[in-house]
Amino acid sequence: MEPFTTHTGRGVSLRRSNVDTDQIIPSEYLKRVSRAGFGEGLFATWRADPGFVLNQPAARGATILAAGPDFGIGSSRQHAVWALADYGFRAVISARFGDIFYNNAIQEGLLPVVLPADAVTALQDAIEADPAQRITVDLAGREVRAEGAAGQPPLLTAALQIDDYTRWRLMEGLDDVSLTLRHADDITSYERGRPGWLPLSG
Amino acid sequence: MGRTLAGKIWDAHVVRSAEGEPDLLYIDLHLVHEVTSPQAFDGLRMAGRSVRRPDLTVATEDHNVPTAGITGPDMPLRGPTSPLTDPVSRVQVETLRKNCADFGIRLYPMGDAGQGIVHVISPQQGLTQPGMTIVCGDSHTSTHGAFGALAFGVGTSEVGHVLATQTLPQARPRDMAVNVTGELPYGVTAKDLILAVIARIGTGGGTGHVIEYRGDAIAGLSMDGRMTICNMSIEAGARAGLIAPDETTFGYLQGRPHAPQGAAWDEALAYWRSLPTDPGAVFDREVTLDAGALTPFVTWGTNPAQAAPLGSAVPDPAAMADPAERATAERALAYMDLAPGTALTDVAVDTVFVGSCTNGRLEDLRAAAEVLRGRKVADGVRMLVVPGSMAVKAAAEAEGLAEVFTAAGAQWRSAGCSMCLGMNPDTMAPGERSASTSNRNFEGRQGDGARTHLVSPQVAAATAVTGRLTAPAGL
Repeated sequence: MEPFTTHTGRGVSLRRSNVDTDQIIPSEYLKRVSRAGFGEGLFATWRADPGFVLNQPAARGATILAAGPDFGIGSSRQHAVWALADYGFRAVISARFGDIFYNNAIQEGLLPVVLPADAVTALQDAIEADPAQRITVDLAGREVRAEGAAGQPPLLTAALQIDDYTRWRLMEGLDDVSLTLRHADDITSYERGRPGWLPLSG
Repeated sequence: MGRTLAGKIWDAHVVRSAEGEPDLLYIDLHLVHEVTSPQAFDGLRMAGRSVRRPDLTVATEDHNVPTAGITGPDMPLRGPTSPLTDPVSRVQVETLRKNCADFGIRLYPMGDAGQGIVHVISPQQGLTQPGMTIVCGDSHTSTHGAFGALAFGVGTSEVGHVLATQTLPQARPRDMAVNVTGELPYGVTAKDLILAVIARIGTGGGTGHVIEYRGDAIAGLSMDGRMTICNMSIEAGARAGLIAPDETTFGYLQGRPHAPQGAAWDEALAYWRSLPTDPGAVFDREVTLDAGALTPFVTWGTNPAQAAPLGSAVPDPAAMADPAERATAERALAYMDLAPGTALTDVAVDTVFVGSCTNGRLEDLRAAAEVLRGRKVADGVRMLVVPGSMAVKAAAEAEGLAEVFTAAGAQWRSAGCSMCLGMNPDTMAPGERSASTSNRNFEGRQGDGARTHLVSPQVAAATAVTGRLTAPAGL
């Protein structure tokens, strides 16, 4: 997994709340067996409407999505994260994420950024006012900034909420399985103590 | 200070705990299906790893499989006699079969007597037991919490993590209690109750929490009813949902194929009886509902919280104070093609679906059959009844329920997820409108442009008879 320390890019403002993972990636795409190519399915139904925000020329090349609250609710499909990442997003910003989506995103290094609702709205306003607006997601500094003109202070700064461990793991680009396998002995010892009545699949 | 049920299960499964790190939890049972596993198994192969505990892993084919044309086990996957006609679905099913064969995992394939929706077959077989940790690459894994298990859905990377290590690092969730006092009135079911709970706390109301459902109305539910409740915990944003094990739970489990027997049963029982939440335990959040005040509930919108009593009307977004809520409701009503103020009992449907991991069990089918007995599905309505497992199908046929459905003009199918999410051929056309006993009414869930109203099995059956959203009392 690529380490994530800080990223600056342009944003897309998605003024919708309760964006569920069926919208992010429709079920039809879940039949695929590979991890690649899900970008074409990102918001597939909504993108059929020429007016949808991702279809605007200004959205091309944007790498940060600022969305309404309760983003990624519903189905556990990690394909939603693959679609966002494959399309080109490095971070998604919302006031609240569905738990499973959040966990899936941090597996892949797509940074789910929790900010207070009014900070998200202010960012959306800034992006809509100027689609060329540069947004920085600074995981190292735990901050999100709407950057000002060269040499000028940021227009907007907000504190990025994330637990220390996840921040460390994403900054190092480490995946969970190799970290867990460092404690393989603990797993074996736990197994020795499991009650005998627990079911087996056979 | 006492501990909650969820807290006790958590503590008993910590393999390793370290300051500043998520706890590493042992997983007692890993359920697998064909949609969320292919990339996880590939990840194992690429890293040269094997499945640590194939004996704690069970797989089934449920999301993609057709529910028509299944005549028995060993159905061909290819060729003119195969019921599986979608080549992309076929690849996914074949991939699961190869993965299970390569890694030594027990699989219940399409047509097999043990096959069905993953969250239906595990409890039926007695694999789901109190005090266990259970995961699956599927958000409705919360279903198993009905047995007093800590059960939650995960994504594909975490599926791979469990396959490789039989553990998961997890941040400890907070505890939420949903207390349901009183007694459900006649005609009001577990489905109506959970829809009312979600409407009350919202799609994000349970985020970061495990919900324990407590109170007399919950204790009065059968295991099938408890599974309906716990199943939809995810729609309230909760990490998991649980109900304390009691005599109802033990009575259900005793004698099932994978349940402990003899001295092991007695040992397990003593442990299970120690699990319920201690009297002094504190919940981080509590919500209370009076079951006696509830009536049949249906969804009108495009997320499960956009629901209302069937006897009421489509709400008016203009009356909503919160601008985000208003905008979401306006969007939902436009998609659903519903005008504010329309009586919900005036909403006509063309499709009725009885099935899914929410309401596809024997009791659900009995309830639907009781309403349909001696009646007919209305002209212009297509009704599909999809049993949650082949075992449910066999039991329903033995009881004569299948005949009730077909005599009424409904289609009786084989087991699978089917129309809940339309990954198999059981989909709806754009603009069609359903009354569905499933768990999600998101835009496009049952087909592009399809409109879904979530209902109980009883309401689904009554709706099939009249062609409009109807409660049995309205027949």
